[in-house]
Amino acid sequence: MLLIQCPFCGPRDQVEFSYGGDAGVPRPADPAALSDDKWNAWLNERDNPAGEHDELWQHSMGCRRWIGVRRNTLSHEVVSSWALQPAKTA
Amino acid sequence: MSGSGGASNPMRVADLGRIDRTRTLSFTFNGTRYSGFEGDTLASALLANGVRLVGRSFRYHRRRGIVTAGAEEPNALVQLGTGARTEPNLRAPQIPLYDGLVASSQNCWPSVDFDIGAINETLSRLLPAGFHHKTFMWPTSGWLTCERFIRRAAGLGHAPAEPDPDRYAHRHAHCDVLVCGAGPAGLAAALAASRAGARVILADEGSEVGGSLLGERAQVNRNDAIRWVQEVVTELKSAPGVRVLMRSQVAAIWDHGMATVVEQIGSGAPVPTHLPRQRLWKIRAREIVIATGAIERSIAFGDNDLPGVMLAASARTYLNRHGVQPGRRAVVFTNNDSAYHAALDLHRSGVEVAAIIDVRPEPSGSAFDAAIAAGIKVHAGHGVLRALGGTTVRAALVAPVDVSGRAASDARGTAFPVEGDVLLVSGGWNPAVHLWSQARGKLKFDEALATFVPDPANRPPAHVRCAGSAAGAMQLVDCVVQGLAAGRAAASDAGLRHSPTISAPMVERETTCPLLPVWQVDYPEACRYKRFLDLQNDVTVADVELAVRKGYRSVEHMMCHTALGAGTNQGRLPNISGLAILAGAIDTPIPQVGTTTFQPPYTPVTLGAIAGPETGLALDPTRRTAMDGWHAANGAVFVNTGLWRRAQFYRQGRERDLEAVNREVRAVRNGVGLVDISTLGRIDLQGRDCAGFLQRIYINDFATLAIGRCRHGVMLREDGMVFDDGTVTRLGERHYLMTTTTENASAVMSRLEYLLQVEWPDLDVYLTSVTEHWAAMALAGPCSRAVLEKVADIDVSDAALPYMAYRECRLAGVPARVFRISFSGERAYEINVPAGHGRATWEAMMAAGQPERLTAYGTDAMDVMRIEKGHFVVGPEANGRATPGDLGLHRMIRKEGDFIGRRSLSKPGLAAEDRPQMVGLVPVHAREPIPRGSMLVVEPRQVTPYPMEGFVASACFSPTIGCAIALALVERGRLRKGQRLWAMSPLMRMSVEVEVVDPVFFDPAGARLRG
Repeated sequence: MLLIQCPFCGPRDQVEFSYGGDAGVPRPADPAALSDDKWNAWLNERDNPAGEHDELWQHSMGCRRWIGVRRNTLSHEVVSSWALQPAKTA
Repeated sequence: MSGSGGASNPMRVADLGRIDRTRTLSFTFNGTRYSGFEGDTLASALLANGVRLVGRSFRYHRRRGIVTAGAEEPNALVQLGTGARTEPNLRAPQIPLYDGLVASSQNCWPSVDFDIGAINETLSRLLPAGFHHKTFMWPTSGWLTCERFIRRAAGLGHAPAEPDPDRYAHRHAHCDVLVCGAGPAGLAAALAASRAGARVILADEGSEVGGSLLGERAQVNRNDAIRWVQEVVTELKSAPGVRVLMRSQVAAIWDHGMATVVEQIGSGAPVPTHLPRQRLWKIRAREIVIATGAIERSIAFGDNDLPGVMLAASARTYLNRHGVQPGRRAVVFTNNDSAYHAALDLHRSGVEVAAIIDVRPEPSGSAFDAAIAAGIKVHAGHGVLRALGGTTVRAALVAPVDVSGRAASDARGTAFPVEGDVLLVSGGWNPAVHLWSQARGKLKFDEALATFVPDPANRPPAHVRCAGSAAGAMQLVDCVVQGLAAGRAAASDAGLRHSPTISAPMVERETTCPLLPVWQVDYPEACRYKRFLDLQNDVTVADVELAVRKGYRSVEHMMCHTALGAGTNQGRLPNISGLAILAGAIDTPIPQVGTTTFQPPYTPVTLGAIAGPETGLALDPTRRTAMDGWHAANGAVFVNTGLWRRAQFYRQGRERDLEAVNREVRAVRNGVGLVDISTLGRIDLQGRDCAGFLQRIYINDFATLAIGRCRHGVMLREDGMVFDDGTVTRLGERHYLMTTTTENASAVMSRLEYLLQVEWPDLDVYLTSVTEHWAAMALAGPCSRAVLEKVADIDVSDAALPYMAYRECRLAGVPARVFRISFSGERAYEINVPAGHGRATWEAMMAAGQPERLTAYGTDAMDVMRIEKGHFVVGPEANGRATPGDLGLHRMIRKEGDFIGRRSLSKPGLAAEDRPQMVGLVPVHAREPIPRGSMLVVEPRQVTPYPMEGFVASACFSPTIGCAIALALVERGRLRKGQRLWAMSPLMRMSVEVEVVDPVFFDPAGARLRG
């Protein structure tokens, strides 16, 4: 059971979060410009590193913010976490 | 001193033990009534009563007695309690005795004295370890028949057949330092951490603090060690921020300082109804100190499973803690010093110690000297070849052995019996490293102890440290000093700067003689007798050697093949010995053979404790709409949709289910009906860029949606499959309201938040889930406008409120949103009012609609009408593998611009001609039903597997059409209208001939929508 530092709420239990996949594969700006192979690669292919991995998590039972988390997939250590962008002010 | 326990407890000694002799407890074991005292365990009480035989072994059904005094007990597995409260596989030394306790041996049938499975003993050459992997594999039917009897005879205990009558609690806690184990090291650690100001939780599985000190006669500060224990506990209990949890086992350590602790409430007897039976603690600790002690191991010799063979320190514990003598005349067999202490304590209590058999050629040290001084005979350089006796130990057969435990080839000539009714063994100690391993700490081999100990240089990533015997310390003075240091360091690492030095209490250091690592006594005839390593799984030295000959040379393979270390024992007793025998057989040093990793939990955790209070109705919250009470009062039969409960239909009188649904459908098609649609997801969108955002998430066009208008939208996943659908209404210049399906409401919300926060943070859009702010209902049917007119304060004519338009108004005095949207295919109005007004508005509508016979309808009628109209829904048709083209939505896709999933639609597989397409089906013979979920084939009389043309996604009886209708996904379906197929349902044993038709069965032109 991980302890994840939410940049907005502080350290919280893993049960409050939802996992959102690899943080290093942003959606292509113009998908139509990609070949089928390139699109397939973005859509389906993900690295599975043994070690530190940048991930997206949503604090879904908390502030609802999507955050970045660097997690060691071997030791489960949460190395760091960060806000993806400055919070918008209404 | 002498045995003077009286007739009922013949093995009890008068003035020893931490039991309350004023409180006699009566209990039943295998149908016989016995008595014990408060402070006994089931095991100690059985021993006090002279009960030797407590079970039968797993494979050979050999007679077995109590071997240990703790969680490592391999033999005394009992079924505790009766009826709904019965629990299998409990270890007798861990069961506190209570008045009225009922327990039975579980590994015997029909009884422990006469056991049918004992014939396995005779057949044992046919039942070597690993037989379960090979036998009964063929024929399958043979196994199925045999299995019932084998399981019964194998005695795995039985689960209760009735629901659990007890309650279980969960509790969360935080602390700076969690100390696992309240023995000398754990107490010292808790004391040091507490004095440094840390918030401490000290947890121990026992009912009394003290750990190993309770079973020894140690001295601390020149006084009984128990005095020191009591001083420490008194200080801890009065310190602020310290919690002492007794009868609480640390079952597991997880990541980031998370530990789960199972606390038993009360003495073990059924608890009063206001209390939980067990409490599962989820503790998040900054630092964890593991002080779980060590577990004594045995030495393998012939027939070493005979009742009366017991571990030396366990016998010592039964004597000192429970006042029970394990026998009248003891033979002690050891390779280390600790058994000398047991021999001395037994001697002092009046047990005759026949001899100490020590494999070490020249034992020495303070314990040895004391034994000699007490006049105990020591046979140095000797080993026990075999335990002698029929049903219980009568003598040990002893002979000289070399330093590897091997007797000379003429052992038979030199061997001599040493008579005794109990044979106490010590093969050294294994630190209880389970929690350390669970936390992913590494082990290293310690040559002096001949075992694996925690490697402090390879601490786990979690903040965990070991102290005391768990870390390999074998002297009390070291345990206390290590405990103090660990507690201090843990508090400091937890951020508490102030750590006062604590002077260690005075504990005398012993002079010791090193252990001699002997794992088995070997001699030429040894193979004629079983030499057990794992008593619980009946794994012998020969089984491990056989596994090696079969090629199972790695430790994991050997353990999987022989089952060594399996079961409730989880290798506590045999693992290291088995490893050593394996290492010997493959001629490799033990450290190179390695060891397996312990996984949680330490001992079995009940499912009740894991579930806690989350059972039955409390398993999940039940979401009820604002109109739920009306539904319940008006005959609603409910169905769960996710967490929501919805009215499936409303039963009138003695109507059958289908009659009610048909009545509701006819009412809507011919008059007017009202349905509760509050469960749909509703998301409020505001901001400058809403239109652009909608454009990127829906396949159709939202740029042209005017204020006050509604539009149906479909969203895809990025892989091109339909994700969800709903409507979007433009409430204002920068203000929209989106609906989602009930099932997907939270998934859509999360997805949209992802897109706005991660992919397109530049868009100015704000999302708010407003599902629960509104009560929603749909008024549908040709007479719906007539009803609405009576309650609305605005003009609802078709000119003022045309199809797909939106107006705000007051309905029966309540502010309301009215959307002219239809799911049924009839003229319809979806009405949203603030949730608090939901029921009043619903009732006002029902009253106003009385002249039009306004009928409440449920989800079944709604489903029938949408199938009649050929509307897909998420789940049956949009099942995660359907593209918009498959569902006939290709004309909906706008020509220009990107949206989520667009790029995938042009991939070859998704654009292919032969994809499944949604079509309608009707039965060829009008009275036949179409089974839902059936597969569609061309020819029903062929051999399986049939080539499949498609499947039936949704099916119902349509009172409007007058026969069964269905929606199906059929390969190239749109080109196959008029063709006949067979709907096959092996599950329902039905095959029905059907004809492919257009999916819209009713009013294809949509004339009824517009009125």
